[in-house]
Amino acid sequence: MNGDKLKIALYWGAACGGCDVAVLDTDEFVLELAAEADILFWPIAVDGKYEDIRALPDGALDATLFSGAVRNAENEDVAHLLREKSQVLIALGSCSAFGGIPGLANAVTREEILERVYLDNPSIELGNRTVPRTRVPVNGTELELPAFYPRVWRLSDVVDVDYLVPGCPPAPERVQEVLAALVSGTLPPRGAVVGAAEKALCEECRRRKADKRVARFVRPWEIVPDPESCLLEQGLPCAGPATRGGCGARCPDINQACRGCYGPPPGVQDQGATLVGAWASVIEAKTVEEAETAFAGLPDVLGIAHRFTLPASLLQRSCR
Amino acid sequence: MAFEPRIVGFLCNWCSYTGADLAGTSRIKYPPNVRVIRTMCSARIRPSFVLKALAEGADGVLICGCHPGDCHYSEGNYKTLRRQVLLKRLVAGYGIEPERVRLEWVSASEGQRFAEVVADMTERIRRLGPSRVEMLPSTRRAG
Ligand code: SF4
Ligand code: SF4
Ligand code: FES
Repeated sequence: MNGDKLKIALYWGAACGGCDVAVLDTDEFVLELAAEADILFWPIAVDGKYEDIRALPDGALDATLFSGAVRNAENEDVAHLLREKSQVLIALGSCSAFGGIPGLANAVTREEILERVYLDNPSIELGNRTVPRTRVPVNGTELELPAFYPRVWRLSDVVDVDYLVPGCPPAPERVQEVLAALVSGTLPPRGAVVGAAEKALCEECRRRKADKRVARFVRPWEIVPDPESCLLEQGLPCAGPATRGGCGARCPDINQACRGCYGPPPGVQDQGATLVGAWASVIEAKTVEEAETAFAGLPDVLGIAHRFTLPASLLQRSCR
Repeated sequence: MAFEPRIVGFLCNWCSYTGADLAGTSRIKYPPNVRVIRTMCSARIRPSFVLKALAEGADGVLICGCHPGDCHYSEGNYKTLRRQVLLKRLVAGYGIEPERVRLEWVSASEGQRFAEVVADMTERIRRLGPSRVEMLPSTRRAG
């Protein structure tokens, strides 16, 4: 980077703010970052308007960290704007990288969502049929809302992205490593997944794997898992076999099955498809009926197997 | 133009592919709607192969393996069967009729049976109509 102070931006599209909190969770480091770099735009923590970014020359920002998926026209417009203004664009967190939790909305249609949220909902005032519109005339002027897209997109579906930092949210230690590499100019060549491992989570999980079969899958509330042995071998749909490591196995460490937030490991294109194979490998059924019984504890396969990666999956969205 | 189902067939080498071959050499007539891909064992057919076929426009996917107990690699077809149950649920989650993904056991001597399976599946998919999976754009796009 040049001798001047680094100029960076952080932005959130369809996000919960957890990735911003992960940046703040780097504790004192965030102050060091602020000393090393001018943070020109960061809606959650720093004042700044879209106009300020529009006024910058193209490429004026050394880097932007974009968290959140692309759900509406505003998300996409700002993604294009920040892409133009940034030398390096980093997708921070699983929503930005794979669609994430907001991406689960791709299992239903836009119409179903609007119906459920604004029309067919017990908390809606009787007879109220107000549904958001992109343009609304009010007192002689017109108010504008960003268009709600029919589906959720990853950041890389709408602009070129230089790096992916997976995690929901990314572990603060990993975020710190990535930011430190950015400041020192030591990020790997563009296109890399950074702040994560190159192997599946099972490799870093400390649990004992015994190559054991289970009679059936269980819901998390049905058992108190043994703290030492593999959770999948106890019937919990652990996503570890098809999830990229790097988080430090934080969930298995507290007796929770991995939910898959780091997305697929290298070489795996479709996390859910690979999980289907991994989960099927631990039961013993020899007939379809036996398999149905063993999998009774796994009702929403799409939602569990693609909890964070539905828009990044081979089929991307429901075709209902 | 009348709808002609496009079905991708994954057939294991040892039983089902030989069975399909027998259907051919015995000159049994069956619909030409299945594009056959030979694999060493039905267990080689990863769920992602099936999803990829569907994503790229297949109206149906037929998986054929040896009868239970007869897999050349002893247990492969049981693995296929276990996966199939979850794979169908996954596919249903995408709003795709699970009947579009079908698993059948066809032995090397069942040329007739292979022809019947293909005829039956082609007919069922013809009735379901074309897949509603949008051909996914290779370029980016929003909206
Ligand atoms: S399946 Fe889950 S619990 Fe088992 S080793 Fe892998 S990450 Fe650990
Ligand atoms: S264990 Fe899995 S769900 Fe938990 S933080 Fe790590 S990758 Fe995410
Ligand atoms: S070899 Fe035919 S199913 Fe395994």
